[in-house]
Amino acid sequence: MTVTLVFLAALLAFFLGWVLSRTVNVEPWVADGGTLNDRMPEILTTPRVALLIFLAVASSLFALSISAYHMRMAFGDDWLAVPSPALLWVNSAILVLGSLALQWSWNAARRDDAAGLRRWLYVGGGLTSAFIIGQVLVWRDLNAGGYYMTANPANAFFYFLTALHVLHLIGGLVAWVRTAKRERAGASPEALCSSVELCTIYWHYLLVIWFILFALLLTT
Amino acid sequence: MAELGHDATSYAPPREQPEMELPHSHSFWTTYVFSQDAKTIAIQYSVTAISVGLLALLLSILIRLQLGFPNTFSLIDPSTYLQYVTMHGMIMVVYLLTALFLGGFGNYFIPLMIGARDMAFPWLNMLSFWFYFVSVLILVASFFVPGGPTGAGWTLYPPQLISEGTPGIHGGVILMMVSLGVFIAGFTMGGLNYVVTILQYRTRGMTLMRMPLTIWGIFMATLLALLAFPALLVAALMVLLDHLAGTSFFMPAMFSMGEQLPHEGGSPLLFQHLFWFFGHPEVYIVALPAFGVVSDILATHARRNIFGYRMMVWALIAIGGLSFVVWAHHMYVSGMNPYFGFLFATTTLIIAVPTAIKVYNWVLTLWHGNIRLEIPMLFAIGFIFTFINGGMTGLFLGNVTVDVPLADTYFVVGHFHMVMALAPVMTIFAAIYHWYPKITGRMLHEGMGKIHFWVTFIGAYAIFLPMHYLGLAGVPRRYYAYGESSPFIGESVVTLNAFITVAAVLVAAAQLMFIYNLIRSRKHGKEAGPNPWNANTLEWQTEHTPPTHGNFGKELPVVYRWPYDYGVPGAKYDFIPQNVPPEEVEMIDEGVRRT
Repeated sequence: MTVTLVFLAALLAFFLGWVLSRTVNVEPWVADGGTLNDRMPEILTTPRVALLIFLAVASSLFALSISAYHMRMAFGDDWLAVPSPALLWVNSAILVLGSLALQWSWNAARRDDAAGLRRWLYVGGGLTSAFIIGQVLVWRDLNAGGYYMTANPANAFFYFLTALHVLHLIGGLVAWVRTAKRERAGASPEALCSSVELCTIYWHYLLVIWFILFALLLTT
Repeated sequence: MAELGHDATSYAPPREQPEMELPHSHSFWTTYVFSQDAKTIAIQYSVTAISVGLLALLLSILIRLQLGFPNTFSLIDPSTYLQYVTMHGMIMVVYLLTALFLGGFGNYFIPLMIGARDMAFPWLNMLSFWFYFVSVLILVASFFVPGGPTGAGWTLYPPQLISEGTPGIHGGVILMMVSLGVFIAGFTMGGLNYVVTILQYRTRGMTLMRMPLTIWGIFMATLLALLAFPALLVAALMVLLDHLAGTSFFMPAMFSMGEQLPHEGGSPLLFQHLFWFFGHPEVYIVALPAFGVVSDILATHARRNIFGYRMMVWALIAIGGLSFVVWAHHMYVSGMNPYFGFLFATTTLIIAVPTAIKVYNWVLTLWHGNIRLEIPMLFAIGFIFTFINGGMTGLFLGNVTVDVPLADTYFVVGHFHMVMALAPVMTIFAAIYHWYPKITGRMLHEGMGKIHFWVTFIGAYAIFLPMHYLGLAGVPRRYYAYGESSPFIGESVVTLNAFITVAAVLVAAAQLMFIYNLIRSRKHGKEAGPNPWNANTLEWQTEHTPPTHGNFGKELPVVYRWPYDYGVPGAKYDFIPQNVPPEEVEMIDEGVRRT
């Protein structure tokens, strides 16, 4: 549970700092002319806050899975590490490119560049789909090589963690499809900017998660 | 110009809350069924939760009938008994308490109390309810599959969860896990909504430190739930894989029915860690909203400001944070490293500090208050009793050396029913009696309410207090009958069990009367008026009762003060609502204005 606890401690420290800064030295019983205001800073728009909180929830899920991984590895002496297929490196590269493409799409949206937004949005979606197909190929190869899910806890965790990651990407693709639909319906870059931005942040987050998972699978 | 708050200038200049576009509904379907109005969703959540709660109540009566009068009811055999125990626990903890406090109360009170028109994401909110509704249907469906629902206990410990011999290992377990998964998905949508709404949609002047404690409680509980439910999700997914795909996350190598199972090396302890990593915060997921609601009800009915508001807020946060580092106190007898036990006993006892602060503050709020023993107040005071009682036995069980002989006895059953069943349920009743007039425009019948309170309060003590003695006598929990160990079980145990059962039946009957009261008062209750308790929070200041779509009239209220200005010296009335500006406060001596 160390991983989870470190994650939670970081989150709690941040939360405590934020709450204390807004609650300490305040005298709640004092009435005023209705001017008190401690809204969130302008940069934290409602969709951004919602995404950040969702990322905290997803992080909790991944942290717990990684904790379970460590604990299960320590419990039994039946752990036989899975070889990491070379394809995983290719997939990782594809995912990096997908993230970059979405970043460019977001940049284009901010520049009010409709063509760039469209181009990079679709490239990003395509690369992500390619990554998912790549992961399915990895699973197929491993299965063909006799690394069945039931054969060893290391295999089971390999499939579990990678599938969890892919499921989150598919969830992201749902949001991506909705954005793409609005783009096709002729929405302006300005109107799309917020959606593209949320997709981009989510993709970057999942890229980081992927590197953590990949490093974990490589080193153990 | 009124005098400004002491540090008003240190805040950003006021920004108007953007007027949100409300999804207006026109047909029956979008008004009552697929509604996106948080208030309707709240009622949908509450009705579903209370209905499934009544089912769990019925199950508890069946459990008690077997325990009080063994071998009398042929309907209950050992398998069904275990199934009833399991479903009773799971429904009460997750599908009733969590859903009612966060889905029900959260949806109704968050927008109204912070001065917003609706939740931040109304459509997601609707989806959240329907996920919850489907998860309940899946859960109930498990009663009708071959083999029935799972009977592994609400803690769902593998390996017995999916081993031959446990009832419901085929359809029952799968449906339970799927139902939990759907519940968690639905809750995550709802929870995101509650947190974002509280952070972003507070009206002008509604600073964090002017939020009613109800909102603080719901806010903290939602944060806990968002972070803790993933542990249950991970555990549920892994159980499903172990069960359906044959992996060995939790299943050790074992022989069952003379055959070696395909599993090897899995760790049941891992499941327990994951389960209680969710399970302990879960206690506070239902307790923190209860703390908040009780604080508001006590202040309102004692006509006195809550004692130590800031301490109350920080105690909520401290309890929330600490609740993540105590989970293994549920596992002292699981065979984990004993040094762990010492660590977790320490953290567990530390939680007593913020909790005690809250209890002292509640009692000090009552001190010299102008206490009105209206029904919500009765239940709120009942909460203080049951909560202190359950908390005290928690100190016993939190210590490893005391816990080891008491583990899995009725002492534990008595403890957790006092602290996390009875205490939150008392709060739920208090809240329903308190807010029903706002939700329906009519008062609940007072005579029936009083009977309901006294039967429930005394009856609940008659049920759960003796259980502590049963536990000290060594009576184990979850046993269908004591069989060959009967000679070791004293005659008094048998008598006490019969007594508890009779009390349980009476308490259950009182709940039916409560339900009747709810239905009857909807049409025939006394007209309540907009603010029957003379309360300060914003939900009592709405233009219409019950509040209409959009909650407030044309303009959102502006908040000038905290919600606890009761009995302010010099003021003409003993309450000053949050949206009354200082210059409009009527003083006893006309012409004297107070800020």
